[in-house]
Amino acid sequence: MEYYIRPQGKFSLNLKELWQYRELFWFFTWRDIKVKYKQTLLGFLWAVLQPLLMMSVFVIFFSKGLNIPTDDIPAPIFYFSGLLFWNLFSSGLSSSANSMVVNADIIKKIYFPRLIIPFSGILVAFFDFLMAFLIFIIFIAFYLFIFTDFTIQPVIFLYFPLALTLTLITTLGMGCTLAALNVKYRDFRYVIPFAIQFLMFITPVIYPVTIFDNIPNLKYFLALNPMTGAIILARNAFVPGMVDWTIIGISIASAFFFFLLGIFIFRKMEAYFADIV
Amino acid sequence: MKPILEVRNIYKEYKIGGQKQRRLSLREELINSLKFTENKELFWALQDVSFDVFPGEYIGIIGNNGAGKSTLLKVLSKITPPTKGYIKARGRVASLLEVGTGFHSELTGRENVYLNGSILGLRRAEIEKKFDAIVDFSGVERFLETPLKHYSTGMELRLAFAVAAHLEPEILLIDEVLAVGDAEFQKKCLGKMDEVSKSGRTVLFVSHNLGLIKQLCTRTILLHNGKVKVDTNTAQATSIYMNLMAQKVENYEISKIDKTKPVFFEFIRLINTKHNSSEFPHNESISIRFKLVIQNWIDGVILTLGLLSKYKNRIFTIAKPLTDWTNPKTEEITLEFTLPPNLFVPSFYSWSLYLHIPGIDYVDEVRDVCPFRIVDTGSNMAIYEQEDYGHFFLKDYELKIV
Repeated sequence: MEYYIRPQGKFSLNLKELWQYRELFWFFTWRDIKVKYKQTLLGFLWAVLQPLLMMSVFVIFFSKGLNIPTDDIPAPIFYFSGLLFWNLFSSGLSSSANSMVVNADIIKKIYFPRLIIPFSGILVAFFDFLMAFLIFIIFIAFYLFIFTDFTIQPVIFLYFPLALTLTLITTLGMGCTLAALNVKYRDFRYVIPFAIQFLMFITPVIYPVTIFDNIPNLKYFLALNPMTGAIILARNAFVPGMVDWTIIGISIASAFFFFLLGIFIFRKMEAYFADIV
Repeated sequence: MKPILEVRNIYKEYKIGGQKQRRLSLREELINSLKFTENKELFWALQDVSFDVFPGEYIGIIGNNGAGKSTLLKVLSKITPPTKGYIKARGRVASLLEVGTGFHSELTGRENVYLNGSILGLRRAEIEKKFDAIVDFSGVERFLETPLKHYSTGMELRLAFAVAAHLEPEILLIDEVLAVGDAEFQKKCLGKMDEVSKSGRTVLFVSHNLGLIKQLCTRTILLHNGKVKVDTNTAQATSIYMNLMAQKVENYEISKIDKTKPVFFEFIRLINTKHNSSEFPHNESISIRFKLVIQNWIDGVILTLGLLSKYKNRIFTIAKPLTDWTNPKTEEITLEFTLPPNLFVPSFYSWSLYLHIPGIDYVDEVRDVCPFRIVDTGSNMAIYEQEDYGHFFLKDYELKIV
C-alpha cells in the first residue's frame, strides 16, 4: 500500500475510498438511530406516530374544515403519501445539514471521507421513512379491503421507487450543501428550520398542485422544487390517468442539479473542515 | 530499506485568528468583502518540514507550545491537507490525537467499543476478534452494558485507552494522550506501548514529557517555530531542547488571547530584577508575576499554579480561590508568586497556571510557560552538579550520633 498526502488537488469524487469506509458509514448511522430513540418510552413508535398524527390533523383541518380538494384520492391517503416523502426530506435535510457541526469533535481528530457524515444523517431519516412506510402499506391494504371504489394503479411499483429516489437525491444534494456551508457560517443553523417550513408551503403536501390549474405554467415553476415532482408522482399511483411528465421531468433535472451542486460544494470545502469547524 | 513515511518540504499555512474565525458569521464576511481589505494575517504553522521514517522506528516529536507538533500529526493523519509539499506513505496510518474520539454518552460500553474502534479504523471483524482483550485490558467488564454516561471519568478513560492500545496499524501517531489517567493505568499503557515498539510497529510520539520520550524513543525530532530544528538521537535532541528553552525570553505575553473567556491570563512573566535573564542563582528567591482580566464574574473559580520539572513532571501545585483577592467588581488584578531561596536544586523548570471551577469547567490554562533555570552559585552540593542528587535542598533534618 502506497499513497500520497498532498495539498488539495482537483475535484474528485473518490468513490473507491468511500467504499473502503463503508463500515464506518454504517456505524455512524447505527449510532444515530440508537441514540435518537434511547431513553424514549415509545422508541421506534415515534417514527410512526408522527406522520399518523400529522395526517389526522391535516384531514380534520384542511380537508374537512377548509375543504381543500384532494384530487379524488381519499384524504388520509392523500396526506399520508405526501407526508411520507416530505418527512423523509425535511428530517433528512435538517439532520444532514447539522451533522458536520454535531460531529465536529470527531472531524477534528480523525480522518475519514467527510461525505459519510451527511449521508448517514439522511440514512437515519430513511430508517424512520421505512417504519412509516410499513404503516402506510397496512393503511392501503385496509382501504382496499373496506372501500371497494378505492384502487391503486399497478404503476405504483414504478412511481414509488422513483419518488423515493427523487427525494433521496434532493435531500443528499441540499443536505451536503447546507452541511458544508454550516461548517463555515453558523448562520445556516438558523436558516434551516425556516427554510424547511418555507419549502413545505411551496410543496404540494397540504394541497394538490391542481389548485393552480387556472394560473398558466405556475406548476412548471413549482416543479423546480424536486419535492413537488416526488409527491405528485407518489399520489398519481392512486388515481387513474397520466402523470404530467413535464412536471416530473423538470423535477428530476432539478434534483440532479441540486445533487451535483451539493456534492461539488462539499468536496470543494471538505479538506478544510477540520481547520474551521 | 524504503522509508515507510517520506515527508518532503511540508508547509502548512493558517490564517491567524483561527479561533475567531470560528465565530465569523455570514454578515461579517459580507461586510469584510465589501471593505476590500485583506485583514487576514497568515501564519506558517509548518515550514519546510522534511524527514524520513523507517519501519520499526519509534520517533519522539518535541518542541514548545506552538512549535507545530500537533499540526504535523494532523497533516500526517490527513485531517488537514498541507499547503505545500507532499508525504509518501507506505502503510496504514492510525492516529490517536485523543482517546475516546466519538464516544457517545448514551451508548453502552460495549457499543462504544465498536463505535470508537470503527472510528479509529478497525474493521468490524477485527474489533470482534479483539473485543475480549480490549475489555480485559480496560477492567470495566462489569459495566459493559451500562450507558457511558454512568461511567466515572477514570473508567471512561480506561475503556478509551483499551481500544486505542489494540490498534495495529503499520504507523501509529500519538499526541500526548498518555498524560491522562491514574498512575497505575498509565504504567499499564506504557507497558503496552513498549510492547508495541518491540513488535516492530512504527510510532511517532508527541509529548511534553521528556522523561517518557527518553524512555520510549531512540530518535527525536525537535520542532521550533514550525521548522525541524534538530533530528537526531533522543539524548542529544532533548538536551538541545532544554538549552533552547532556557534561552527563551522570560516574559510570556499571551499572543492569542481568547476574549470570549470570562476570565483569562493577559501576561505571565518571570521577575528577575538583578540579572535580567531567566537564570536564577540557587540562593535567590524566584518570582512570577501574572495579570488576570475578569470580563464576567463567575463564582467558584480556583487559581492553581504549579511548577514543572525539566521532564515536565509536576513538582508542586498550589490552589487558591480567586475570591481571596477579588470581588465581583474586580476587572483585573496582577499577582506575584515568590519561591523562597535555597529550595530547589539547579535544573530547568517552568510554570503551569490554570483557572478552573473544580469538576465543572476549565476557564483558562497556560501550560509549561516562563521556563527558567536555577544555577548553582556555590552550594555545598555544587560538586555533585553533574549528578542527579534530587529535587530540593533539605534543610531541617537531624543526623546525629545515637
